[in-house]
Amino acid sequence: MKKRNIVQVKDLIAGYDGEIILDHISFDVLEGEIFIILGGSGCGKSTLLKHLIGLMKPLSGQVIIDGNDISNCDEITFKNILRKIGVLYQSSALFGSMTLAENVSLPIQEYTDLPKKLVDTLVKIKLNLVNLNGYENHLPSEISGGMKKRAGLARAMALNPKILFFDEPSAGLDPVTSVELDNLILSLNKNLGTTMVIVTHELPSIFNVAHRIIMLDRQTKGIIAEGDPNYLKDHSKNRFVRNFFNRQSQNYERISESLKKNRN
Amino acid sequence: MKSIEDIQSCQYEIAETEDGDITIYVQGRMDSSNASRIIEIFGSLIKDRQPLSMAVDLKKVTYIDDFGALVLVELKDMMTRANGLFDLQNAREEVLFMLDSETLADTTSFIKIRPPNMFIRFGDAIIQYAADVKYLISFVGSVCIAFVYSFLHPKSLRMEETFLYMQKTGVDALPVVAMISFLLGLIVAFMSSVQLQLFGANIYVASLVSLAMSRELGPIMTAIIVAGRSGSSFAAEIGTMKISEEVDALFTMGFDPTRYLVLPKILASVIVVPILTLFSDVFAIFGGLVVGVFMLDLTANAYISETIKTLTVFDVFWGVFKSAVFALLISWIGCLRGFQVKGGAASVGHATTSAVVSSIFLIIVSDAIFTVIIRYLR
Repeated sequence: MKKRNIVQVKDLIAGYDGEIILDHISFDVLEGEIFIILGGSGCGKSTLLKHLIGLMKPLSGQVIIDGNDISNCDEITFKNILRKIGVLYQSSALFGSMTLAENVSLPIQEYTDLPKKLVDTLVKIKLNLVNLNGYENHLPSEISGGMKKRAGLARAMALNPKILFFDEPSAGLDPVTSVELDNLILSLNKNLGTTMVIVTHELPSIFNVAHRIIMLDRQTKGIIAEGDPNYLKDHSKNRFVRNFFNRQSQNYERISESLKKNRN
Repeated sequence: MKSIEDIQSCQYEIAETEDGDITIYVQGRMDSSNASRIIEIFGSLIKDRQPLSMAVDLKKVTYIDDFGALVLVELKDMMTRANGLFDLQNAREEVLFMLDSETLADTTSFIKIRPPNMFIRFGDAIIQYAADVKYLISFVGSVCIAFVYSFLHPKSLRMEETFLYMQKTGVDALPVVAMISFLLGLIVAFMSSVQLQLFGANIYVASLVSLAMSRELGPIMTAIIVAGRSGSSFAAEIGTMKISEEVDALFTMGFDPTRYLVLPKILASVIVVPILTLFSDVFAIFGGLVVGVFMLDLTANAYISETIKTLTVFDVFWGVFKSAVFALLISWIGCLRGFQVKGGAASVGHATTSAVVSSIFLIIVSDAIFTVIIRYLR
């Protein structure tokens, strides 16, 4: 069965007053895919993400989420789209005045009429899923950064959204926690079939989870590579892409050549 | 009996035998969008027909998540309570797994922490209060040290910042201070004229307005406006810096946060608020003048000369001195509340409120003390 496109970006031009950051970008995300957006600093990754989740309106072009254009739709459609997506923000964005349980139960209470007992059970399930059982009554300020990330994830997937967006999920996490988060992403993707769109530049995590990537570039303001990271690593025509995946400085080749010369 | 019903993206058929057994064939999705409706409908089914047993057939379910699984658990609970049997048919492995998992087995909801009893809270409040007082005193100390240091090393003072705060606290507040003082002068003049007119003592409106405004109302009104405008903003600014670790950054870079953040604010306020108070006096007298000229048939000349005759230099300076003290208190408590911020956004809001409330309280208390002092001084 051919998978359908759940996110479609068509000819997107994005920018802040007068300054264009992304110029004529088009790509699709397939249903059930783990899709990673990457690129060097300042290339517009976060701007792209903000357009995908409807926080910013494109200067021109379309962003279509599950059949509806998020950039140009009425209030009710917009609400329906928001119901289908969950976002894990870089700093978790947990509400500081609420306990973890209250944070997670907020969307459940807002969008369903389930009895209190079931809501509590669901909250437990969600927190269990991210290994935070026993922390229901903790405030966000009382737990560590990695735990906040996981609690944020629990809140983002409280309603089992079709698409989960991640803004730099492993930023500020230690390698072990980071791998655990990757595994969590993989298992959620496998068990629930959730589509994941991830903005990151954490190399190990890219190779670990990505089905497909796009790489943005600051100079061309567009996509310079698209595909399987394992293939692109060695076979991309673009030197910057190869350097990115192999973790080499842009002038690595020049330096190594000059070193060779000196040795001779 | 068979019927096909539709709940959003989920359809179901009910088959009922004569023995009182119900089988429900569910199709489509069981997710968060229809979970509560399914419970409602099937729950009322159980209540109405009181079946001996209920079976749910999941063969045609295309999607089921933890919301759907919970629905099944809830239905099972309902049947158990009605002394009936519950059975799942054609459930896929992952559904059974979801139902089997530990959290679902333990459906008791987690215990919310109840607030402790009155005595514990009272004790907590006392301890909190003591800590607050301790911090207050140490903050006074660090501000004093910072002042002495800056006095000895004038170059260490951030002049640009100080000028900026002088503008924010003083110049930007001038329109609102002028407006409020003008109206206040108008009101005082009007109210007093009603009484003084009875004695034909209209001219003393000028004395009353100028004396009341320059000694009491001018300084207090100005201080309250500054507390609302600048005291709150000091608290919010430092509080936000505190939670985004900017204060820590200053500390580790070797800056004294008190000297760096607090001193410019206190200095700017203490310089600028007395000047604002003078403006306030002038505008209030002008307000009184408007009432005097247009309603009481006084000439502007007479009004002004009466004002000059009443006011002594001491009156004006006393007001200005008081306002300097108020400014010190406002900026000091604003910064203090900012530094007390802990945790998140709610704490910043609390600090801001607390800054305004405490500074207004301190303004009034210190004014009362001043009034007593002046009574015995002269």
